[in-house]
Amino acid sequence: MCGIVGLLLKDATLRPQLGELMVPMLIGMTERGPDSSGMAVFADAVAADRRKLSLYCAHPGFEWRAFEGAWVGEIGAAQFEVNSNHCIVTTTSGIAAAREWIAINHPQVQVLSAGRSIDLYKDLGLPVEVAERYGFQTLTGTHLVGHTRMATESAVTIENAHPYTAGEDWCLVHNGSLANPGSLRRKLEKLGERFESDCDTEGACRYLHWRLSSGETLEQAVEHAFSDFDGFFTFLMGTRDKLALVRDPFACKPAVVAETDDYVAIASEFRSLAKLPGVKHATVFEPKPAEVYSWSV
Amino acid sequence: MVSVMAPVAGARARVEFDLERQSVRELNQFLHGDLAGVQEVLVKNPDGAHSIAVGMNAAVRVDIGGHAGYYAAGMNKFATVIVHGNAGPGVAENMMSGRVEVAGFASGGAGASAHGGLLVIRGDAGLRCGISLKGADIVVGGEVGSFSAFMAQAGRMVICGDAGDGLGDSLYEAVLYVRGKVRSLGADARLEPMGERDHAAVKELLAAAGLPHSSSEFKRIASGRTLYHWNADAKQSY
Repeated sequence: MCGIVGLLLKDATLRPQLGELMVPMLIGMTERGPDSSGMAVFADAVAADRRKLSLYCAHPGFEWRAFEGAWVGEIGAAQFEVNSNHCIVTTTSGIAAAREWIAINHPQVQVLSAGRSIDLYKDLGLPVEVAERYGFQTLTGTHLVGHTRMATESAVTIENAHPYTAGEDWCLVHNGSLANPGSLRRKLEKLGERFESDCDTEGACRYLHWRLSSGETLEQAVEHAFSDFDGFFTFLMGTRDKLALVRDPFACKPAVVAETDDYVAIASEFRSLAKLPGVKHATVFEPKPAEVYSWSV
Repeated sequence: MVSVMAPVAGARARVEFDLERQSVRELNQFLHGDLAGVQEVLVKNPDGAHSIAVGMNAAVRVDIGGHAGYYAAGMNKFATVIVHGNAGPGVAENMMSGRVEVAGFASGGAGASAHGGLLVIRGDAGLRCGISLKGADIVVGGEVGSFSAFMAQAGRMVICGDAGDGLGDSLYEAVLYVRGKVRSLGADARLEPMGERDHAAVKELLAAAGLPHSSSEFKRIASGRTLYHWNADAKQSY
């Protein structure tokens, strides 16, 4: 079992309140996922020559300042925003160079996401603890994808926490389980994808990203997934300007959507949506199995 | 027989619970206690909480003033439980008697394994509605999702809209009446002609649910009974 939340603001004046609106949604999914939580937040894209990386280090005493000094000396100028165990780096030096430098010089630092719009946080603990640790209440932006995890098929670690990312400005969270993550992984590794966790969801994230990167639409990619994924899933996916939701044809895992003129909110259960302003007058529906739903900023 | 509780006139006692301030456990412990003199219970701000009014064992009316989460009115006996919103998975699962109504849609597994009573869903029902039905009646105003009435053993389902895939797969003696299109029938489920008793049953259930359709718009689906006995020659290909 896991909990999924998503929120996309149609009313631009609400963007400063994105975090404030989301925190009760995430906390509402505590019973579905008390082991770890994660949040991908999308905001206006940085300039075309810049990229943002969300970094994580498990060591509470990690010297981010020294890390910053070494980075500037060896890679080049960049901006650093440290937030507890996380750091968002904005760089003009390219993602590949940064990833390689981190892997060689600071293997204890994980790259959680990369892109022009996405920031990503994930950590162990109850949603309320993770939300407080990183100040989720103050997050701003256009849309987000969040997850609360109850671990079933792999250990409770940061690597196995959702959301998963691949490439740039792409993330996925999963409620359910896949029975063939090994074969997905072998297939994708042959195509050059590098895996970073043991979680079945990473295969789904990388598989769909690989299909999208090869020019397929989300609908086409998901159609392939229906035959290539053996298992149950509700997936919520985020791109620079979109949220997308799909449930497997058996729809064992729940999802509910509430839409108003101001926002689209998605959660595993209505109780996560109950505190949203105006939700009593929202259009509330359950997404049908095997259909792709998407909403644009 | 379907028993429909008459509207409560001049109720002696109307009790309110507000789930914003009180817990579901407090509510359910009250509902499981001595309800002498209590006729109506109003549950405010349900906000999708789980297990609201499960295990009722008294002929009172419970109004849930909003959306309910998982298992609302599960195991219901005697009570009339009305969800004035949508219901999460497993509404009225294993109901024994009484009446459960959902004003909006019901998620998966509505009325699963219910033994008796009447479940009315005014909107759509999700997948696996009436799975393993054991004698209750279910009326759905809208459509039902795939795999509904799977292995349903006894009872009746009236579906006013369309049905998804695999309707009535491995049916036993439950009978299904569908007004809309059926995307596909499950193994051993088959269309049968509507007889007099079928028209009477549909009329009775539509009247109990307060729905305007005519029984002549419905078709009957029941078990072909070919799965009742082991057939070694079938080689597991049904």
